[in-house]
Amino acid sequence: MSRNGNILEVRDLKTYFYTEDGTVKAVDGISFDLKRGETLGIVGESGSGKSVTNLSIIRLIPDPPGRIVSGEIIFDGQDVMALPTEEVRKIRGKRISMIFQDPMTSLNPFMRISKQLMELTRLHLGYNKSQAYEHAIKMLETVGIPDARSRVDGYPHEFSGGMRQRVMIAMALSCEPELLIADEPTTALDVTIQAQILELIKKLKQETGTSVILITHDLGVVAGMTDHIIVMYAGKVFEQAPTNELFQCPGNPYTKGLLRSVPDPTSEQGALYQIPGLPPDVAHLPPGCPFAPRCERAEEICTREFPPFVQLTSEHFSLCHFAEEVYAKSCKERDERPASASAGAVAASENILDI
Amino acid sequence: MARTNETERTLAAAADEPVQEATHMAPPGVAARQKMINEPEAMAADQLYGTAPPANRLGQETAGFVEGTSLWRDAWRRLKKNKLAVMGGIVVIFVILASLVGPIILQLITGYTYASIPGERALVRAMPPSWQHPMGTDPQGRDILARVLVGGRISLMVALVATAVSLVIGVSYGAISGYFGGKIDNYMMRFVDLIYAVPYMIIVIVLLALFEKSLFLLFAALGAVSWLTMARIVRGQVLSLKNQEFIEAARSIGVPTWKIIFRHLVPNTLGPVIVYATLTVPSVILQEAFLSFLGLGVQAPLSSWGTLASEGADNIAIYPWMIIFPGVTMALTLFSLNFVGDGLRDALDPHMRKV
Repeated sequence: MSRNGNILEVRDLKTYFYTEDGTVKAVDGISFDLKRGETLGIVGESGSGKSVTNLSIIRLIPDPPGRIVSGEIIFDGQDVMALPTEEVRKIRGKRISMIFQDPMTSLNPFMRISKQLMELTRLHLGYNKSQAYEHAIKMLETVGIPDARSRVDGYPHEFSGGMRQRVMIAMALSCEPELLIADEPTTALDVTIQAQILELIKKLKQETGTSVILITHDLGVVAGMTDHIIVMYAGKVFEQAPTNELFQCPGNPYTKGLLRSVPDPTSEQGALYQIPGLPPDVAHLPPGCPFAPRCERAEEICTREFPPFVQLTSEHFSLCHFAEEVYAKSCKERDERPASASAGAVAASENILDI
Repeated sequence: MARTNETERTLAAAADEPVQEATHMAPPGVAARQKMINEPEAMAADQLYGTAPPANRLGQETAGFVEGTSLWRDAWRRLKKNKLAVMGGIVVIFVILASLVGPIILQLITGYTYASIPGERALVRAMPPSWQHPMGTDPQGRDILARVLVGGRISLMVALVATAVSLVIGVSYGAISGYFGGKIDNYMMRFVDLIYAVPYMIIVIVLLALFEKSLFLLFAALGAVSWLTMARIVRGQVLSLKNQEFIEAARSIGVPTWKIIFRHLVPNTLGPVIVYATLTVPSVILQEAFLSFLGLGVQAPLSSWGTLASEGADNIAIYPWMIIFPGVTMALTLFSLNFVGDGLRDALDPHMRKV
């Protein structure tokens, strides 16, 4: 057990990609903690560095072109960065495991499901063939694959998308990892299956006490699942807060924009809100705040100076020149909102989960 | 008809999948659905659907559904529909059997071997085909049929060795080169280019001229060059496969590199590999014949199709049967092998055919 109950501490992580168009700062100095048994949500648009952050944690950045330039990744008191590759390999899949975005492509089409599941336990837990086979069946049953025993020898193409994602989860949880990284686990699935998969992750998390990092661009997904949320933009942490706080009192114009972009099923009229512009090219960032060109609140200082990382409450941080002002304003808005609508976006997005 | 069957199957398969997922949505009311997700026993409904043979699937497919219809089985069915390939396969099998046991049977029946010169006729001349010598004899009085059958053995051995070399060396070389990429790939592939660049016939001729002309050297010479294209093909495949998610997933669960290469990547390249290997066989047989034709290959009294053709060519005006029979046998075998190869390509990669 590491100090202060943190399973994972990331300090000033910088992962750069050296491409022909210049250095892409995919992740640029992010820090966060994850407590044992808690769930952390990482939210952000495509290309904001969410996935790179998590690949960095298990040191799977393709090198070249990528490289972890600096930073500490402390997993259970051990600095992952300092470990030899062979040791990291032993952590992968056993203590930290991942669920990938697209279950259609994450399974080897030429290997039977059983073989793919057995690979893990044979590798990490030293199971023999029959032990591993039984374990594979047990895991498939755990994730709700009907008639696991007869399906375990099937090939991936015989499973539907939702089933495959269940298989992926079974695989990820085979060795009872301490940390589960779910990289957009529901993006490729339709809504009903999404809900099932999220419920499954939630349930298994409760049963095993695994800590989870949930990467997504769907705010609805993180709302019901996470304890803390990190909002990433252009490789930086823009806002970091406990989930409820973030939804109710966002302290960053970008987060506010994201929250407003969530379609509200209760109001049927009006165009959907969208944040104007496109995410910046991370290879050529302007000197000031990377969000400034799209920001409603931006002033001259934003394009000139990089914003400070302001602490709003004990656990709430925001990267903005006007963090306090935005925070105060959104808290005021929350208080003014009629009780029924106060849960607004949160309630709406949680509904998606309850299907 | 063939096409219709395939379409039906695809439709049937597509129709099955939603059914399974749909069971989750079937009960009305959120609570009931929640129950299904949370409680394993509620999965009973799923189990029903998982085990019960789906009604709309073609009858003979039901067993395969549970066992796992592998890609090989699909390919086999497609291959069986290809008449040319099936006929080619039958001819190839016949040729193999004939060369393996033919000489023995022939010797038992008629007493001739490939080298036996009838003693009773001091002054012989080549005899045209007769009941005694179905393919005639050569000027030494040796039975052409026996020599063709023995020549088949040589061709088969050459094919076997060259294919084995290209499978073992070519596949590993290409897979390693492709997987590691970067500098390693660069150097490994330049080495292949280097060997490619030297005219292959010159290498073989030099090798055969320098050393004693032995069967082993002939095999070595053919093997040395037969793996080059295979290495390139496999490398190309691996390059496109290695960035797919299931490889990333395998790395994320800590599978060692050599296992990723040989258990995850190589099986996925097998389609093109098998096809190319089948097409290598006729070309190697042809090359051996060519070398033997030039007098660099098999030495008398042993015969190969190449030496027979060479002897036949010398006597083409007087004893045409000396070239007709070996030539036809060889052409038939090569045709058949090519048909099988093409058939396999169509069977293993059906998309190619439709383009």
